[in-house]
Amino acid sequence: MKFADFMCFEAIIPELKATDRDGAIAELVRALQAAGKISKGNCKKIIEAVIARENEASTGMGKGVAIPHVKHKAVADVVATVGQSSVGIDFAALDKQPVYSVILLISPADHPDKHLEAMEKVFRHLQQDRFRKFLSQCQNAHQIEDLLREADDNPSL
Amino acid sequence: MPTRSRIFSGKRTIIRPCDPTAGDAGPAFNKETDALDKLVCEAEVEIKNADGLHMRPAMQFVDVANRFDCDVTVSNGQTTVDGKSIMQMSMLAATVGTKLKIRAEGQDAPELIEALRHLVEGRMFDEPPPEDNP
Repeated sequence: MKFADFMCFEAIIPELKATDRDGAIAELVRALQAAGKISKGNCKKIIEAVIARENEASTGMGKGVAIPHVKHKAVADVVATVGQSSVGIDFAALDKQPVYSVILLISPADHPDKHLEAMEKVFRHLQQDRFRKFLSQCQNAHQIEDLLREADDNPSL
Repeated sequence: MPTRSRIFSGKRTIIRPCDPTAGDAGPAFNKETDALDKLVCEAEVEIKNADGLHMRPAMQFVDVANRFDCDVTVSNGQTTVDGKSIMQMSMLAATVGTKLKIRAEGQDAPELIEALRHLVEGRMFDEPPPEDNP
């Protein structure tokens, strides 16, 4: 699976206004709504579902990244977006360090394989030091989109 | 260094890089550098829960693996990752039915293999299997 298959580039937030976990999640979900990926009626429910999932166990995997996610019947396909924070957000990450890149992923409720494929794509790149460095250097949404598209062409990025 | 390999019941391979008959080899087998500690176990496990190895099961896997001293790698045939790293384990994208090869190296390797097999196949990560198709 490629980023272009599930990443909503229009909803990328190069600098999150929120400085806390729940605020960042809400900001990203609303960006997906503004981009037309989820309906206004489902927005609040999805925010609550992502936060509930996050409360079960943090998706802050360390190295400054978190991947809040949920499976929800409101979407028919995996949809994701990226938010960056230069100040860092407390995600109760495994390594107790702040999070600078948040990748929000909403997966359909009845396609576990699609969810796993999208996760594989996200982690394949996020665990590369170089990719995380490039991501943190992006100044605007366009640069983030370029980086993700470049990653689609170059699996080793 | 002498190496002996054994296969037990076709499920587990134990390679002991030691040779009990080499007792006369003298200083090569002193306690501190004892190669007896080197134990390698491999096992294949099948993902049986419907949702596959998503993040929560991957975390359970890593939690169990980290209770042991030995090194552990997990392979889906294409990718081989560190079984103690949540980031790397999430890369396996193991769906239901996927067979994973677990390889453990260290003194407590057999116990780790059994614990992981129990988690993956016995407990199925405390998740339901796929619903039967009529």
